[in-house]
Amino acid sequence: MTNKQITLIKTAVFFLALAPFYLLLLYAWNNELGANPIETITHYTGIWTLRFLVITLAIAPLRRLTGQAILIRFRRMLGLFTFFYASMHFLTYIWLDQYFDWPFIVEDIVEHPYVIVGFTAYLVLLLLAVTSPRFMVRKLGKTWKKLHRLIYPAAFLASFHFIWLVKSDIREPLLYFALFSILMLLRIPAVQEKTPLLTSWFRSVKV
Amino acid sequence: MLIKRSNDIEQLSGISPSEITSKEVYQSRRRFLLGGAALAVGSGLGITSMLATQKVSHAATKFNNLIKSPFNTDETRTPYKDVTTYNNFYEFGTSKASPAGMSKNFKAEPWTIAVTGEVEKPLTLDMEGILKRYTMEERIYRLRCVEAWSMVVPWVGFPLASLIKDLKPTSKARYVAFRTLHDPKRMAGQRTSLSGSGLDWPYREGLRMDEAMSPLTILAVGLYGEALPNQNGAPIRLVVPWKYGFKSIKSIVSIEFTEKQPETTWEMLAPKEYGFYANVNPEVDHPRWSQSRERRLGEFRKRKTLMFNGYAEQVASMYKDLDMKKFF
Repeated sequence: MTNKQITLIKTAVFFLALAPFYLLLLYAWNNELGANPIETITHYTGIWTLRFLVITLAIAPLRRLTGQAILIRFRRMLGLFTFFYASMHFLTYIWLDQYFDWPFIVEDIVEHPYVIVGFTAYLVLLLLAVTSPRFMVRKLGKTWKKLHRLIYPAAFLASFHFIWLVKSDIREPLLYFALFSILMLLRIPAVQEKTPLLTSWFRSVKV
Repeated sequence: MLIKRSNDIEQLSGISPSEITSKEVYQSRRRFLLGGAALAVGSGLGITSMLATQKVSHAATKFNNLIKSPFNTDETRTPYKDVTTYNNFYEFGTSKASPAGMSKNFKAEPWTIAVTGEVEKPLTLDMEGILKRYTMEERIYRLRCVEAWSMVVPWVGFPLASLIKDLKPTSKARYVAFRTLHDPKRMAGQRTSLSGSGLDWPYREGLRMDEAMSPLTILAVGLYGEALPNQNGAPIRLVVPWKYGFKSIKSIVSIEFTEKQPETTWEMLAPKEYGFYANVNPEVDHPRWSQSRERRLGEFRKRKTLMFNGYAEQVASMYKDLDMKKFF
């Protein structure tokens, strides 16, 4: 695959990853956010953060299973989209939901475990986003890899954040917890030894 | 009052069915027959359109000449669309949008309510009898959900106290327990395969006798001058405006007078989070979130939650000896 082709695909992925954002704008424009629009936006941006976390964390296992090294070139962009949706989620909370009521926000973060957990996950994503440019990777050297492993606990914190806030129907939050668990398992060498690889099949189709 | 009232409770009961149809029901049926006939002639679709028109007769019942209650709030009413599309009614799915869709084919008639327990004479009430016997009032109340949002709903209903007086509970009756219909065939959210709600069916709620007798407590049969839509708890539900919304049990099929405090659904699920009293109280937080403020649907900024949801004047005296932090 030529660099030009990769750039083309990257551009396509970039706009595709923005689709949920456009869709949200469209819902808002058509007045389809329901009786409690702020709640709808909060849930929507939260769910898309979790989905992008799943996609980002799936890149490495997929690369291994398919033998398609090229996949890794999309990972940073997808990680940054995770951060983008998380930021929208956080901003919705700070601005639309709490309307910059700082004393109340601080109290909410300190007193309520699900808020602390979500906030912590967001701080981790922020740290990873800041250290994502190429020059930061070079500057941090070996530390960079260690630092960016923080994405694993952040993903679990994000799923706890979801599990912890629902009243009784925990099916959807548990789904994300399960997906993260599977993606973690696929990173364990002992598990990797036993998973069949589809590399030969992918080589035969030749992307 | 000029309204004629029969003193015979049997009139309410399914045991002696009445042949008389109330004026409203009669008129609405007439309208629909006429409308149906017009459609049938006009469209040439014949009987199918007649049936289709008649099917909606329940939801289209209009309540006229409602008595205005002194308890009515003059706050902006939450639009009908929001009141009927933003519902917590897990019998029809756990998302707020799902009850409006999932309850579409639910038939709330015929409907009866079993009255049992510490009462002079257990009996079965039927809906037609209830609609005939009690004078309906408009009650515009604030509704505060435990999830920290609120709305203002113009209910149509009558004081629960009027019914209780007619039912003649015995001196042993200290609580009233209510149950929602349990019928997974008609309420898909109750099917174990789909549910995931975590709730133990049937949905159960209860009140202390003095709470049940409060003039604020009503049984609602409608909103915005029309019969209750299915997603709002058709055909009859409780409305206790100074308590969190989950106390206001929907689609009631059973009323039981008890000596002991009855089990209630959310308390059974998470006793540390939801109490039997569930009085709206900005000073006692839910363990996972704050109750000091709420979002009134349609408003951007949150507003302060009022003690007893703003009904302290009417109800605070009932709790003067109660430790509200312990009995939340």
